[in-house]
Amino acid sequence: MNGVHDMGGMHGLGPVEPEPNEPVFHHDWERKAFALTMAAGFLGKWNIDMGRYARELMPGPEYLTTSYYEHWLYGLEQLLVEKGLVTTEEMRTLRPTAPAPGDLRVLRPDDVPRRLRAVRAARMDDDVPAKFKAGDEVVARNINPTGHTRLPRYARGKRGVVDRDHGVFIYPDAHAAGLGKQPQHCYSVRFTARELWGADALTRDAIYIDCFEPYLTPA
Amino acid sequence: MTHDHVDASPPLTDLQLRVRALESLLVDKGLVDPAALDALIDTYETKVGPRNGARVVAKAWVDPAYKQRLLENASSAIAELGYIGRQGEDMVVLENTPKVHNMVVCTLCSCYPWPVLGLPPVWYKAAPYRSRAVIDPRGVLEEFGVAVSADVEVRVWDSTAELRYIVLPERPAGTEGMSEDELASLVTRDAMIGVGKIKAPGRKASR
Repeated sequence: MNGVHDMGGMHGLGPVEPEPNEPVFHHDWERKAFALTMAAGFLGKWNIDMGRYARELMPGPEYLTTSYYEHWLYGLEQLLVEKGLVTTEEMRTLRPTAPAPGDLRVLRPDDVPRRLRAVRAARMDDDVPAKFKAGDEVVARNINPTGHTRLPRYARGKRGVVDRDHGVFIYPDAHAAGLGKQPQHCYSVRFTARELWGADALTRDAIYIDCFEPYLTPA
Repeated sequence: MTHDHVDASPPLTDLQLRVRALESLLVDKGLVDPAALDALIDTYETKVGPRNGARVVAKAWVDPAYKQRLLENASSAIAELGYIGRQGEDMVVLENTPKVHNMVVCTLCSCYPWPVLGLPPVWYKAAPYRSRAVIDPRGVLEEFGVAVSADVEVRVWDSTAELRYIVLPERPAGTEGMSEDELASLVTRDAMIGVGKIKAPGRKASR
């Protein structure tokens, strides 16, 4: 979706403000928002792409005026209700009235190290033929889906060169919509800064974007 | 604007209360185990962080065979040191050279290689960096105190899929006699994101 989360290339969003000796979390509620999101995610009722899409659905003005873990909290609350783990009424009152579904594998402390150290997430073993190879010239499609996509607006319609084929991965656009994994090749595509930003950009600079095959057409 | 910026949130009582109530609701419903929450928090607050990535970089500096493996198959080379798992399943290492400077961003959310760098800093997740890193990388680098001359190619890597990137910075001059441990202590988080240069000891280090 063309949301404010897709902010590559925007101006006017303020200066970058590094904080010396920054703590991992700034407030206890951030710790909890992080851990609740992770633990609820391990219930397996949604995938990471649904999680990202849920945060993108936060209304734009709110997204821009809230912090990162508030985005997480928003996404978590939406998904808990949408996936039937919490009723609308419970989310409104924050008091339990209905039992949780009975088939859940709740994350226990002993499971945490093993679940966090899983080494397979999005990469797939499926034998999918690759349409492109390193060196191929491509054009990013001009798509404007209202659902989830990982093709940023600033790349759409632009020409680039395939730098490498990363292999086969879950296709997030489908996965976020509950349409299965639909494995696709994912390529690193090199776009020159000039192609993306025009004649004022330095000729030698470039932006590399990871693009799923359906995002690309031959140039 | 200093630290009243929206992403360095001040304590918000309403938010604290809301999260506490949400936690109680999920615990009461049996959806989450409070001890598992503590284990998750402890992992990222005390066990996983940029010291892991620093060890990878230092090893690559002293061991050419390891560096080769790291550049060819970063995931397995990093796993040799035990750093694996969530948000670092498919790693790519980007080597800085006298001719190429790499930097990493996630314009769409805040993708970041957790097993080697920990959870991302606020500035990495906030709108200013996410918006400007791709259109004005040299301007952003200057604000971090990193001057990249015009004859060096800047490559910005937008983490739009499930690949996770870490920069292998250039080893600073004057560190020839240093041990791997000593070298690791010089490596900064920002250098591994590509927004810091590593200074030899005795000079002022970048963040």
